[in-house]
Order: sequence, then structure tokens, then C-alpha cells
Amino acid sequence: MKKMKKRIIRALLSGVLACSILCAAGCGQKSEGKESLTVFSYGEYMDPDVLEQFTEESGIEVKYEEALTPEEMYAKYKSGAIEYDLLCSTDYMLQKFINEGEFQKIDIDALENSKNIGDRYWELAKAFDPENEYTVPFFWGTLGILYDTSRVKEPVDSWEVLFNGEYAGEVIMQNSMRDTYMAALKYLGYSLNTNDENEIRKAQELLVKQKPDVQAYLVDEARDEVVAGNAVMAIVYSGEAYLGRQYNENLEYVVPKEGSNVWLDAWGVTKYCDNMEAARKFLDFLCREDMAKKNFEYIYYSTPNEAVINSLSDEERADETLVPPVDATENCEVCLQAEPEINDLMNELWKELKAD
Amino acid sequence: MKKTKTMNRRTLLASPYIVWVIGFTVIPLGVIFKYALTGQEGGFSLENIGAIFDPIHFKAMLFSLEIALGCTLLCILLSYPLVMALKALNMGRQSFVMFIWILPMWMNFILRLLAWQMILSNNGILNFLLTKLGLEALPLANTGAAVMIGVVYDYLPYMVLPIFNAVAEIDEDIIEAAKDLGANGFTVFRRIIFPLSIPGLLSGIVMVFVPSMTSFVISDILGGGKLQLIGNVIEQEFTKSSNWNLGSGLSVSLMIFVLLSMAFTTKNDVEGKGSAIW
Repeated sequence: MKKMKKRIIRALLSGVLACSILCAAGCGQKSEGKESLTVFSYGEYMDPDVLEQFTEESGIEVKYEEALTPEEMYAKYKSGAIEYDLLCSTDYMLQKFINEGEFQKIDIDALENSKNIGDRYWELAKAFDPENEYTVPFFWGTLGILYDTSRVKEPVDSWEVLFNGEYAGEVIMQNSMRDTYMAALKYLGYSLNTNDENEIRKAQELLVKQKPDVQAYLVDEARDEVVAGNAVMAIVYSGEAYLGRQYNENLEYVVPKEGSNVWLDAWGVTKYCDNMEAARKFLDFLCREDMAKKNFEYIYYSTPNEAVINSLSDEERADETLVPPVDATENCEVCLQAEPEINDLMNELWKELKAD
Repeated sequence: MKKTKTMNRRTLLASPYIVWVIGFTVIPLGVIFKYALTGQEGGFSLENIGAIFDPIHFKAMLFSLEIALGCTLLCILLSYPLVMALKALNMGRQSFVMFIWILPMWMNFILRLLAWQMILSNNGILNFLLTKLGLEALPLANTGAAVMIGVVYDYLPYMVLPIFNAVAEIDEDIIEAAKDLGANGFTVFRRIIFPLSIPGLLSGIVMVFVPSMTSFVISDILGGGKLQLIGNVIEQEFTKSSNWNLGSGLSVSLMIFVLLSMAFTTKNDVEGKGSAIW
């Protein structure tokens, strides 16, 4: 998920939105005669070959639309400029889509290859899709600490290292509200989905106290800064940690024992889709071992596709950044939509933290 | 008869621009104002416009102002010596130096900022050189100073160009005359070149002050997400908090503020010649 490499482009979001409203009439039309699907996902979240091969095999044309963040995706979807047939988003945003009745039920059992998706992941998906009827898992991973073993004395296993001031000026936090609050909430022993104002205020206190020790709040660059040795540790996604370790073998990744966020991206079929048959073909195609493998090798986030996991080398399978083990995610939670008041409070506190 | 004919042709020529102005200025502005003047639950509200006085937003605004004023001032101070040096060169060289000067602007703006991030980071190029020279490393990364360097670097050409154009227009005879009458170099600059360059200076100020006041990318990249300009707050409201009403409200307040400060800047434009923008 959160492939926000070019997050700056969000600056252009408003412009893009304006344009998409202007071209609403043109883009929304489906090409006649030929079957086609408009899919909406994150940028660079899929091997382009997979789409090509799908068109080759099924004769169904695919228009790939992309967004950088779940929020941007929601805004674009809701603007109604383009009628997307399928959409791949992230746990809490999927929950929002489902709750707002934007998705159609999918007959998962009819997807021949859906059995490739392990039970563990269907369980995870229940956090936002309790009956497993709206979404098909695509990628997943954890959030943890990537640290430089050459500059950290003892092994890291707790969020405490970020907050105890021992690595003042060497810590990089996520420049994303929920992820940063997650670390503080989990460290304090609370749920990352807490709706208790006091718990959030306590987390805020901790984060404000921590701010002078924080080198920067970054998103994708977080990994690069640790790789380059500009910082000792950073909160990163497991997939990013995998890539980081390819560049710097001194790096180690840990999911703290207090637990963390486990994220899951999945596909849903929107209410605009009038060709369920084609949508099912597409989803089934994505679950097929060879295609799932292609996608996995394209971005190296953890795949829920057990057929792919089984095909990995022993070394790869033992890599916790690629295949997070069951016990590492024991205390982890899927991030869910916060209550509106809590969300507003967090937004407000986040601004306060940044202004401090 | 002839006159109306040319008028018609002119109107015809202007029509694409009218469409442009309506489509890309008037309508978007209208949308922003509509959002700014409605509350999140709908209905008219002035709350979003007034939100600028919220301590957090106000602080971000003051910081933006500080960056914008500092940037404008530094750009002015850096521009004049360069322009004077350029003026001393002959035509061919002048355009060559100018070409070199604007060359980086053809490179993507984000790339240039990322390069600055590399230069200023803890183990970056600058600190590498400093330590090699036996000096203390400068912890510039993710500070206000880094943001200031970024804005000055990015907007300096927008100050140099209009000032240079204004200065290049000055009749050489006037300067000769002043010299004949015994003015030294500094007096020539103070009494002739500077006053005559004011129209250029004013458009330079507008072109530097406004974007540095409203920018958010620079502070995000070079400030490490620790510094919050008003642009960052607005960005957050649009992209993360999904509160377009507040975001628009803050944008409108910012716009009003910029307009006021511009009015203040151009008030002394005695000649009425005005800058290119006004």
C-alpha cells in the first residue's frame, strides 16, 4: 500500500480533480462492443505485464487508474468523474467504502484461485469485511522499526527506543498521522483503534515530548535515510524494510513486542460495475499463482497468496520482512476508521504536534 | 467603421483567453470561495475564514511570513550585485551568463530540492566538506535554515530576471551624464540605477514573495515534516483530513493576506508605470 513515492504530486491533486471533473463526460464512457474494466489502485502497485496478459487471455480491456493515498482514492472515487469497476484500497478505507454501500458482494467461492489466499489473511480481512464477502486480499504487511545494527547496542524489540531519548536526533517517524499515533498508542498499551479521547491525549503528550528527538517525519524517504546512515532508526513498512536491507546489510527490522499495525490491501467490486463476470475473471486472474508471483516480485510487499509463498526459496521464506511470521503479528491490529470526533481530534492534535 | 472592425478582431483574438480565465481562474476561485463559506455540515459559515486566527494556524502563518519576507529580502540582496556584474558584461556574455543562470530552472523543481536534501543532510555533501576542512559539521537538515536556503535557491531567478530587465533598459547616457557630473559608482547606483529598477524590483517581489509564502513542498522536503507553513496546513486539510471547507477557508485568508501585502508593496509605485504583474 502507501506507495507514496511521489507524494509531492499530491500538490497537483486539486488540479487533477478539477480536470477530472471537466473530463467527466468523456472518461466515464465505456468503449462499446469490447468488454472493458476500469480498475483503480495505487500507482506502481501491479506489474504492467499482468494487465497485458489479462487482456490477451480474456479479451477484456483494462483501464488502470491510479492514486497515491487512500484519501486521494476516496476523493477521486467520490467525485464520480470516473465510474470505476474495481478498486484496490487499504483496510480502513475499504471499511469506509463497504459501510457506505459502495461495494457489491463477490461470490468468492466461485473464484477458482481464491483458495490460494491463506486462511490467515481472510481472517485479517474480517476486521473490515466481517463476512469476507466484499473484498479479496492483495498485499499485506506490518509496520515496524528499521534500525542500523552497527549503531544500536542492544537488539531492539520495543517501541521504547523511539521514546526514551537515547537516540535523540537519530529517529525518523512516519509523516502520516495514524501511523505515528499508532506507535505511541501501542507503546502505551492502548489499541491503535482507540476511541478514548484520554488515551489519544496521552499519546499526544508522548509525541510532543518526543518531537525534539525526532530527526524528521518522513514517508518514503524514511527508509532511505536509514540506508544512507543519516538516521539510526525509522518506522517503516515491512516491504520498505525488505528493500532497505538489499542496500545495507547492517539493517534489521522488528515488529515491536507491544504490537503494531498490520495492514491489508484488498480488491473490491464497486456498485458501478455492471459486468460482474469480467470483474470476477480479473480477481481470479490476480489470485492465480503465476500472476500473484509476478506482482510480488514487482513490489516485494508480503503476499497473502500461499501458493506463491510456498514457491519461495527457504531463505526468502524465513525473511520476516517478506513473510511476517504468525507470532510477530500476534499483538498487531488492523487499522480501522476512527469515529468522526476522534478523527477530528487526531487531525487537530497532529497539526498541533507539527506546529510545536 | 474601421475602428469597430479592428475591435471585433481583437475580441476574437481574446476569446480563447477569456475561456481560459473563466475556466481556470474564475470557476476554480468560485469553487474555493463556495467551500470556504460553507461549514462542514453545509450552510453558510464564516468559521473557516476566521480559522486563520486559531493559534496553530496563526503560528503557521507567521512562520510562512517569516520565510517569505526573509526569502524576498535575501533575494533582493543577492540580485543587485549579480545584476550590476551582468550589466558590466557585453551583450553576448550577458546572455550566456543569463542562460547559465536560468538553466537549473529547466530541471524539475522537486529534483532540485532532493539534491539540496542530499547536500544538507547530516552525512551530506556540505558536512562532508566541512569536516574534511577540519570544521564543525552544521546540523542544517530539517531546520528553518534549510527551508530558507531552499526557497531562496528556488526563487532567486524570479528576482534576478525582472531587475535585470529593468536595469538593462536604463539609458547608458544617463549614467554617463551622472558620472560627468562627478557622481561616484555608489551614487550612480543609489540615485539612478536603483530608482529606475524599481518597477522590476516590484515584480520581482511579487514573484518571490507570493510563492514562498504559499509553498509547502519545500518545507516538507527540507524541513523534514517538522516545520509547518500555512501551505502545509492547507495541504493536510485537503489531502489527509478531507476537510475541504477548512482548507479553502485558510486559502482564502491567505489570499486576502497576500493581496493586502501586495497592495502595500505597490503603494509607493509613484511613476504609475507599475510592474509587469500589476
